[in-house]
Amino acid sequence: MKLRSIMMSSAAFAVAATGAFAQDDMPESPVAGEPMADEMTIVSWGGAYQDSQLKAYVEPYLEANPDVSVTWDESSAEAVAGMRAQAEANNISWDLVDVTAADAMRLCDEGLAMEVDIDEIAAPAPDGTPASEDFGEDMLVSDCFIPQIAYSYTFGYRNDVEEWGGETPSEICDVFDLETFPGQRSLERRPHNNMEWALICDGVAQEDVYDVLETEEGQQRAFDKLDTIKDQTVWWTSGADTPQLLADGEVVFGSTYNGRLFSLIAEQDQPVEMMWDTQSYDLDGWIIPEGLEEEDLNRVKDFLWFATDTQRLADQAKYISYGPARDSSAPLVGQHAELGIEMAPHMPTNPDNASNAFVQNYLWWADYRDDLDAKFQAWLAQ
Amino acid sequence: MARSSATAPDAFTGATPDNAMRDADRAEAAMVAADGTPLKRSLNRALRAQKLRALALIAPLLIFVLVTFVAPIADMLFRSVENDIISENLPRTVQALDNWNGEDLPDEEVFRALGADLVIASELRNHTRIGSRLNYEMTGISSLFRQTGRDVDDIGEIYADQFIALDEAWEEPSTWMTLMAADRWIEDREGWLRDAAEAEAAQDAAETREEARALDFDTPEPAFRISDLASEALPRTASIYSEFARVIQTEDEDSPAEEDPWNIVYQALYEDLSAGRGEGYEGEAAALIAAAREAVPQFEERSVRDFFLEEIDEDWADTQIWGTIEAFSDPYTAGYFLTAADLRLTANGIEAQPEGEQIYLMLFQRTLFMSLAIMFSCIALGYPIAFLLSNLPMRTSNLLLILVLLPFWTSLLVRTSAWKVLLQQQGVINDILVWLGVISDTARLALINNQTGTIIAMTHILLPFMILPLYSVMKTIPPHYVRAAKSLGATNWTAFWRVYFPQSVPGIGAGCILVFILSIGYYITPELVGGTTGTFISNRIAYHISTSLNWGLAAALGTILLVVVLVLYYLYDRLVGIDNVSLG
Repeated sequence: MKLRSIMMSSAAFAVAATGAFAQDDMPESPVAGEPMADEMTIVSWGGAYQDSQLKAYVEPYLEANPDVSVTWDESSAEAVAGMRAQAEANNISWDLVDVTAADAMRLCDEGLAMEVDIDEIAAPAPDGTPASEDFGEDMLVSDCFIPQIAYSYTFGYRNDVEEWGGETPSEICDVFDLETFPGQRSLERRPHNNMEWALICDGVAQEDVYDVLETEEGQQRAFDKLDTIKDQTVWWTSGADTPQLLADGEVVFGSTYNGRLFSLIAEQDQPVEMMWDTQSYDLDGWIIPEGLEEEDLNRVKDFLWFATDTQRLADQAKYISYGPARDSSAPLVGQHAELGIEMAPHMPTNPDNASNAFVQNYLWWADYRDDLDAKFQAWLAQ
Repeated sequence: MARSSATAPDAFTGATPDNAMRDADRAEAAMVAADGTPLKRSLNRALRAQKLRALALIAPLLIFVLVTFVAPIADMLFRSVENDIISENLPRTVQALDNWNGEDLPDEEVFRALGADLVIASELRNHTRIGSRLNYEMTGISSLFRQTGRDVDDIGEIYADQFIALDEAWEEPSTWMTLMAADRWIEDREGWLRDAAEAEAAQDAAETREEARALDFDTPEPAFRISDLASEALPRTASIYSEFARVIQTEDEDSPAEEDPWNIVYQALYEDLSAGRGEGYEGEAAALIAAAREAVPQFEERSVRDFFLEEIDEDWADTQIWGTIEAFSDPYTAGYFLTAADLRLTANGIEAQPEGEQIYLMLFQRTLFMSLAIMFSCIALGYPIAFLLSNLPMRTSNLLLILVLLPFWTSLLVRTSAWKVLLQQQGVINDILVWLGVISDTARLALINNQTGTIIAMTHILLPFMILPLYSVMKTIPPHYVRAAKSLGATNWTAFWRVYFPQSVPGIGAGCILVFILSIGYYITPELVGGTTGTFISNRIAYHISTSLNWGLAAALGTILLVVVLVLYYLYDRLVGIDNVSLG
């Protein structure tokens, strides 16, 4: 079910706003002056995340460019299938697509996403550091990927469970401990992270996880570990599921994106706590579909130059607790736009939270995704 | 006598060309029309015009249905057997594998062919697609192809170095041009270069930026053509070099006249020369070739097979991988259908899937079983309601009918989500049961994220499809039949069972077909409330369409589902008779 919302900036408002809209001392976008399309279709994830994009850079961009209209398509979860279908039909209707790092690699490998030179797409930092250094190699995981944020998969738990007798979970393996922490859990309905967490709790060291997971025995070990909680688990597919399940008391423990848990705890004030132990990092960013018309491409480049600059990425962190992908944005992260609380302690990259973080190996997943998906789905169905 | 019965239909429909045709058929002597042509022919003409007019009237709808409904479905179903990706992208390997015995490690020739195919595929960025395709059949191939794609352009590097050490001319793109390019292409290219230079000069002379942009020269370089001489003397080199030129021109939008050839081109040249080919070569570069021919036997050798096994990945020694490539080298395959039946195609024929990966038969069974369960619970709940509706006074029954229709008009997602709220463990139903003391707080019922959840929610969602046809049939059953039965001494039950029920069977039939066929392909409700044990085969199809991207398997599963529905429909027609079904 595709939800589309069309956002038009009203011309009258824009005229008033243009004056107030201060252009920072930012170099002009490399495509300034070229002919550009007036419409742009942006694909994103919907929900709080899309709102943060809207407020941090889409609305400001539209204020500065009142002739432009933006159509949102909330299809990022099916972006790879959608782009493949569009490429086969030779009818590219998306201009800019927000995807996870692993999907960006897949799209790049298949030739569906455009390879970009990050220094031509993203503005340098205010101090002149080129974008490629400002993002850093850890973020630039694929030639097609234009990073926006670092987020993490982590667990939230209810702090009012009577059966736990005052104990609170503090480490990842408590998820697998049904004796101390009885109750339903929610895990994502795909192998990513679940397999890694299972192996870590089966005694595999973090750095060896992928070597073990490469073997049949290792995969079986992970499934065996997951089997111990299988009938106490609800499997989620949408990022909104776990917060809802936690709020309803359906589950006592659940994994999801850290930003969703932040809004559940800080914005909705539910009796839920974060557990940062062994949070699993992932990246999210833009890709440009291969085969855009030149005018559409110019519009996308003009938008990206603005939307991925240091200030805009820092602004995004006012609305959602995801870490900006640029080093230069970090010091600019301030307070939540409405609640007025400091955002830094809620970022997955904050030192207190990151003391025992797990870094997902995208390259490995790009290779083994098909293999493990098939086995995982078969395991689930049995 | 015959005449009177023949004209009988005319009494109802008047003198139509059809009826006149029947009369003309029966007439003993040839009938003629007023203008003297045989009546049959003149009638035929009239009939054809009439049919064409009728066709023209329905043509817009027919075309619409064909273009937007039948064609996409046919295209999707066709994917279930389509498999040209291997034969198109690995043509040399497929050919070389013809001579493979299926047991030992393939020989050097096969690896050479694979090396050439994979270099081209990885330049076109197709190798990951081939890997993903083969990975559906054997897990692990996807990663193997990705890794191979990263290293494969080093094949032949050792020969490239040696050729260049022998004569630096081998490094020059221009040497390769004289060796490989057809004279006609070189002429065409010169003409193109002149045009480009002229356009540039005109652009420099332009006064404004817009004017200059309008004069942009964007004709691409003429497509490369290989010289016949080279194809004859050095067939492998020529074949790889033309691929190289094509990729450089189309993918990189560069000119082969300015780019250094890939290492694999030197590999092919070595293969040609070491096999003794190139002897009669008399082109411009004859001296260069002759010198190389003499030097090649002294070259340091590096087998492509060893390179694959030692440098790229030892998994290439696994004959199962080669078996899989060979088994799927045909442009059409039954592989997807076999997978859909928990079987798989290997080099040794058809085998069962390993136990951990057998899910499709189970899912088909589960889908059929649950659809039947939903259908029967719809009858059980829908029949009394329809009975009540048809026997109440009009005003009350209309009110009740609105209660049936209201949820029917409500969004599917809203209804399904409402069931989530009701059925979950901390939900309304469990809370009430705990409050009533029927169950204890620690033993709440699991009513959702399992089969129970799917059956409850789907029964509710599909109930109107059972009630409405039942109601419309029951409405037409005259109430005095039952009264007559009772006045003749039947009990309430006998009057219902012997008189009323048989007349309502067509409604049950219609409701069953509707509910069963709708539920067998249902997707969204099982996805939301079915958890992992309450999902249908359609959820698997959706998974393969949008997540795993295995569209071939999705198409095969869809085709099977379609065939199952058609077979059941046929059986129903034979057993009950489709004419007995009444939708109102």
